[in-house]
Amino acid sequence: MKRPSRQSRPGLSNGVASDASVVRLLAIGLAAGVFSALFGVGGGIVIVPLLVAVVGLDGRRATGTSLAAIGITAAAGAVAYGLHGDLKPGAAAIIGVPAAFGAVAGVTLQQRLETRTLTFGFALFLAAVGIRLLL
Amino acid sequence: MEILAALVGLLAGVLAGLFGVGGGILFVPALVLVLGLTQVHAEATSLLAILPTVIAGAWRQQRYGNVDWHTALLVGLGSIAGVEGGVQLAKALPEGVLRRIFAVFMLIVAANLAWRALRIKQAYSSNGD
Repeated sequence: MKRPSRQSRPGLSNGVASDASVVRLLAIGLAAGVFSALFGVGGGIVIVPLLVAVVGLDGRRATGTSLAAIGITAAAGAVAYGLHGDLKPGAAAIIGVPAAFGAVAGVTLQQRLETRTLTFGFALFLAAVGIRLLL
Repeated sequence: MEILAALVGLLAGVLAGLFGVGGGILFVPALVLVLGLTQVHAEATSLLAILPTVIAGAWRQQRYGNVDWHTALLVGLGSIAGVEGGVQLAKALPEGVLRRIFAVFMLIVAANLAWRALRIKQAYSSNGD
């Protein structure tokens, strides 16, 4: 619809990447790794647009691919922080395990709800928490 | 305290799934504001806490054929080289400065979400639903 050319760069999806595309992907990862560890987030907001713009993946595939990459990024970040003694594994488990179940419910809800108005509400909520942290 | 944290995690997961954001953007402020962790400890802990959600999400996307593993692996490998830089930067910044930079990042995500919601509306109207 919006992006008719799904694989505009040659070679990538066949598993035979050119050297240039390997360097590009490693560079995207490098930037995402710094970003992810700096903010304690997965970094999808950085990876997804880069995979679309630089690699030419369509949005859905960029999102799925980004999730798989973030699995590696987040694990590496957690290990790095852990080596510095900053990790609280108990708190991570108590929050992270229920969250995985919640996310499944959230994705299911998304199919059933008209989320546009809700999304504006959520954006406002995020902005409010951000402002609370600023002060 | 544990029950509160688990409820926060559950709610953060629902919101993340519903609105298509990662858990981290919600875990970090929850760990700081609800559980009283420092910004650095919250960010470290958030990275571990998002793993179950990310793994479940990647698994689901894989079943829909949406994961390009070759690309994911290269991006993931590149990120391993980057994380130590991010950790060093986060730890070098004063606590209050890091928290405020994170707050600005939250505002950007909020604006990005609002923008996405606007575009969804346009897509709907052009499709006639």
